[in-house]
Formats: sequence, structure tokens, C-alpha cells
Amino acid sequence: MKAWIVAPIVIPLATATLLVLGFSTPRRQHAVAVAGTFALAVAAVALLLGVEREGILVLQAGGWAAPFGITLVADRLGVAMVMVTAIIGLASVVFAAGEVDESRMRFGFAPLVQVLLAGVCGAFLTGDVFNLYVWFEVMLIASFALLAIGGGREQLDGALKYVALNLISTLMFLSGAGLLYGMAGSLNMADLNQRLPGLGQPGLVAAVAVMFLLAFGIKAALFPVFSWLPASYHTPPVAVSALFAGLLTKVGVYALIRFFTIIFPREQLGLDGVLVVVAALTMVTGVLGAAAQSEFRRILGFHIVSQVGYMVMGLALGSPLALAGAIFYTLHHIIVKSNLFLLSGVSKRLSGSFELSRSGGLYTRAPLVAALFLIPAFSLAGFPPLSGFWSKLLLIQAGIELEQWWVVAVLVIVGLLTVYSMTKIWAEAFWKAHPDGDDAWREPLVGRERALLLAPVIALALITVAIGLWPAPLFEFARAAAADLLDPTAYVTAVLGGGSR
Amino acid sequence: MEALLALLIGALVAASVYLMLSRHVVRFLFGLVLFSNAVNLLLFAAGRVLWGAPPLVPEGLEAPLEAVANPLPQALILTAIVIGFGLLAFALVLSVRGVAALGTADLDAMRAAEPRSDAASSERP
Repeated sequence: MKAWIVAPIVIPLATATLLVLGFSTPRRQHAVAVAGTFALAVAAVALLLGVEREGILVLQAGGWAAPFGITLVADRLGVAMVMVTAIIGLASVVFAAGEVDESRMRFGFAPLVQVLLAGVCGAFLTGDVFNLYVWFEVMLIASFALLAIGGGREQLDGALKYVALNLISTLMFLSGAGLLYGMAGSLNMADLNQRLPGLGQPGLVAAVAVMFLLAFGIKAALFPVFSWLPASYHTPPVAVSALFAGLLTKVGVYALIRFFTIIFPREQLGLDGVLVVVAALTMVTGVLGAAAQSEFRRILGFHIVSQVGYMVMGLALGSPLALAGAIFYTLHHIIVKSNLFLLSGVSKRLSGSFELSRSGGLYTRAPLVAALFLIPAFSLAGFPPLSGFWSKLLLIQAGIELEQWWVVAVLVIVGLLTVYSMTKIWAEAFWKAHPDGDDAWREPLVGRERALLLAPVIALALITVAIGLWPAPLFEFARAAAADLLDPTAYVTAVLGGGSR
Repeated sequence: MEALLALLIGALVAASVYLMLSRHVVRFLFGLVLFSNAVNLLLFAAGRVLWGAPPLVPEGLEAPLEAVANPLPQALILTAIVIGFGLLAFALVLSVRGVAALGTADLDAMRAAEPRSDAASSERP
């Protein structure tokens, strides 16, 4: 079972190699990419079942025992993230088959997506800080290229800002890793958990923790360092937007959760107050930014920022329920947000524009698309009985338990403002008549294109509904994952003790 | 030696922040290059800097006798240099393409993806 841990990394890399070596026609490339990503999903399911059955799985790369070699760890949180990565990867790759043009395919669109998936999965499965840095870079370089290829002015503009700010983030991460090693003499996460509390230099540890907070804060698009996200996410093809929207910021959130539970001794840091305020400001600025926008994907981009605030709020509150809420929220959000981006693509394809003032009438022209939009939109806003309702409920409950009333107020108000944005999209793109009359309509979706564009949207909507109707299994899973993080004894023994050769 | 390195790293970071605050895209990139080198030096300093003390274990012993330089951060730097080189080369090419396509090197004037007002953006074809 242990060897399965590398599967989610090796499968996309192998698929990427295959795509680079052969399969010159776009159609074949798409077919291979879909097959490879499907294999990734199967491996993710196997790994998930393995972790459920056997507990935390550990693989010491090259057989070097824990603090010395690179450790790959599959715990509940990591494996759940790999699972949603595979789901979103599959949805995007299928959607891309119906959307991405030939010139982008010639520039290596398909293999780049696979490299990105490998980087994301690697980041979720590693148990070593420097190795995490390397996976971040793998992910970054693939995302840079995906954002830039085949693009005109807008795409280059977005890519420049994205690249610049993300490079600063990685450099912060790297310097944090260097200082951490200089301080503790180890970069193994479990080993750091053991060493840092006894170091006797809480001030120094806190300073390094702030470097990581800033590095991952840029990645996760936290206030006040989120500006790269709304500047770039609306420029590439929709399949890329959806992939980024679902996964990249969430890798930052994942790293924050990992670092501020397992690695850093939180009670010594005194950073919880900062995290709560940053999370609240992220939620509020994100949702207000979205309210000011009138372009489909830019509204969604600002909403990513605001939603990331919810997740970090769960981490900042820090109680078992809040952390479970954060994990639940992250998993639900990835599915919903990617789906909304895919729907923005369908809407653009039918009405001709992402600009809300230049689109409309989808409700009469494409009632199925309209119905499909309502599911993730209402879920994002937190309507029962969809997945977003439960994730918000968990966080609000946690806030009430801790008697953080103003946090509860922010959670509720930002939810209301989310409804406002979703209503705006609904009223503009779906309800009102198309401003240019019926001539503005593009040809309707038929045959292969219809299947490729709508199948991922329908599948993700079904997952959202399923989580909404049966939240208990996922909630139990999130609670167990949170318990593992708050009491990392099992993690530490799995990595340092029993997990050797 | 460490104190000297610390001062050098501080000077490099100060210069890089100054450059990165510039609105010119090339100056920003130079700032990034300097920052990346400062971080590499930081990693180097974290692994203890000694004159001529290679981490060799004498035959028959389990650990080196005297204080030696730690080779692990140096391996980390090598990785970081390679990755950083690739990323910066990409960023440079991207900015050349960006400046050519957008017709300006002023980061504040690059508003193709984020037009100044929504009224202006809805005017576009």
C-alpha cells in the first residue's frame, strides 16, 4: 500500500512525458490527457481507501530513515486534497477538450496541465519543508506557462503580475525554510514538530512563522497580498481558470493549515489574533471587490479571495470544530468554485462575452445551463441544503462556541454579500434579454462539444448536491482530519517511529 | 564571517526592495534577481560558514571531530539556484513579450487585464 503514495505524482508526470513524446494531433492529446487524469483519479481513490483502512501511510524515499531522507506522507488531509485535485483535474481536462484551441495545444497545453497536477499532488503528499518548496516550484512554473501561452495582451498582462508576485512568495518561502533549518537543524515536518517547542527561542520561531505566513498568504491570496489573483485569473482559457481557481490558492491554504498545526507550536507564537483579523479582512475585501465588478470571471476571482478568508478563519479560530469546518470548507469550495468558472466559460460560449453588460438571456436560450448555474451559485452563497450551507454552518457554530461574536457577524454578513454577487450574475447573464438582440447568439451547443463542456459541469454539480444531502460522511472525515492535525502524535510516530524501512 | 554575511544579505535585500518598488518592469526583475541571491546566501549562512572545514568523517569514526560546515544547506542552495535561474529566465522572457505587446514598461500603465473603469471596459468590442 505504501508505494501507492507516489502514484498521484508519477501518473501525471508519466502522462506529461507521453504527451510530449507523441500524440501530435490535438484530439489524441486530449484523449491521452483525459485517460491519464482518470488514472490519477483511480489512484487517488485507492490511496484514500488505503488511508481510511490503514491510517497514515508513510514512504521514506530511497529508504533513508525519517529526519534524513525525504518523507512522503499520506494522511487524511493530504489524501482528501489529492482526491479533489484529481476530480478537478479530470473536469478541467474534459472541458479543455471542448474549449482549448489548436495553437495552445501545439504549445504544450496538455502536458503542462499534467505537470501542474503532479506539482499540486506532490505538495499535498510531502512531509518535508524543502520538498514542499520544490513541488511549489513545479506547480508554479507549469502555471506560469499555462497562464502565458497563446495569449494576447490581456493574458500577458495578467501573467506578468501573477509571475512577479508569486516569485516574491517563493523567495519568502525559501528564506523561511533556510532560517528554519538554521534554527532547528531539520526540515522534516514531524521532526520539526518535536524540535521547535523545546528550542527556547519563541521570538525567533515566531519571526520565521511570519515569513511562512506571508509566503503562503500570497499563495492563498490573503488580505492584503491578494492583488495578483483578480489581476490574472480571468485572462487564460476557462479550463485553466477553473483549474487554478480550484487548486492553486488552496495549496496555499493547505500549507497554512499544515504549518500552523503540525510544525509550529501555536500556543507559543501569539499569532492567532493576527490570523483572525487577516482572515476577516480577506473575507470582507474579497466580497466587496466582487460587488464592484461587472465581468463574470472577475467577480468569481474576488470571491475566491473572500472564500479563502473563510478557510483561514477556521484555522485561526483553532478549535477542533473550526478546523474541521476549514477542511470541510476547502474541499467543498474547490468543487464549487471550479464549477462556477467552467459555467462562466459555457455562458461566454453561448452569449459571446464574459462582460455581464454584453450578455444575457441564457435563462430562455439555455435553461439547462441556467439550472446548472444555480447549484454552485447557491452553494457558494450558503443556501441549504447545498454543500456551502454546511461548511458555513460549521464555522459559525465554531465561532459561537468560542464566543467570538464579531467573527460570527462577519461570517454571516459576507455570506449575504455573496448572495448579492451571485444574484447580479443571475440577473445580468441569465434573466435579462441579450442587449444585442437575438442576433448576438452564438450557435447552440451540440454533439461532442455539448458533451465535453457540460459533462464536467453536471458531474461537479452532482457532487455539490451529494455533499449537501449527505454531509455526515464528509463531516466525520473532516473532523478526523482536524483531530489528526491538532494532536499530531499519530503523524509523528508514523513518520519518525514505525514508518522506517 | 557570519556577521559579514548577514550585513551583505541585509544590503542585498535593501537594494532589491528598493528596485522592486520601482514601476519599471526591468528594475523590478533586477530586484527579484538580487532578492533571490540574497536568499541563497541566507541559506548558505544558515549552514554554518567555516574556512576550510569540509564535512569529512575520519576513518573509523561515526562523526567528524571538529566543527564542520553543514553540507545540506549547500545542496539546498544548488537546488534553489537551478530553480531560481529557470524561473527568472522565464520571467525575463515574459516581460520582454509583455512590454512588446502592451507597449509600455511601466507597471502602473499595464492595465490591459484590468481596465481602469468598468464603463471603459464595456465600450470595448
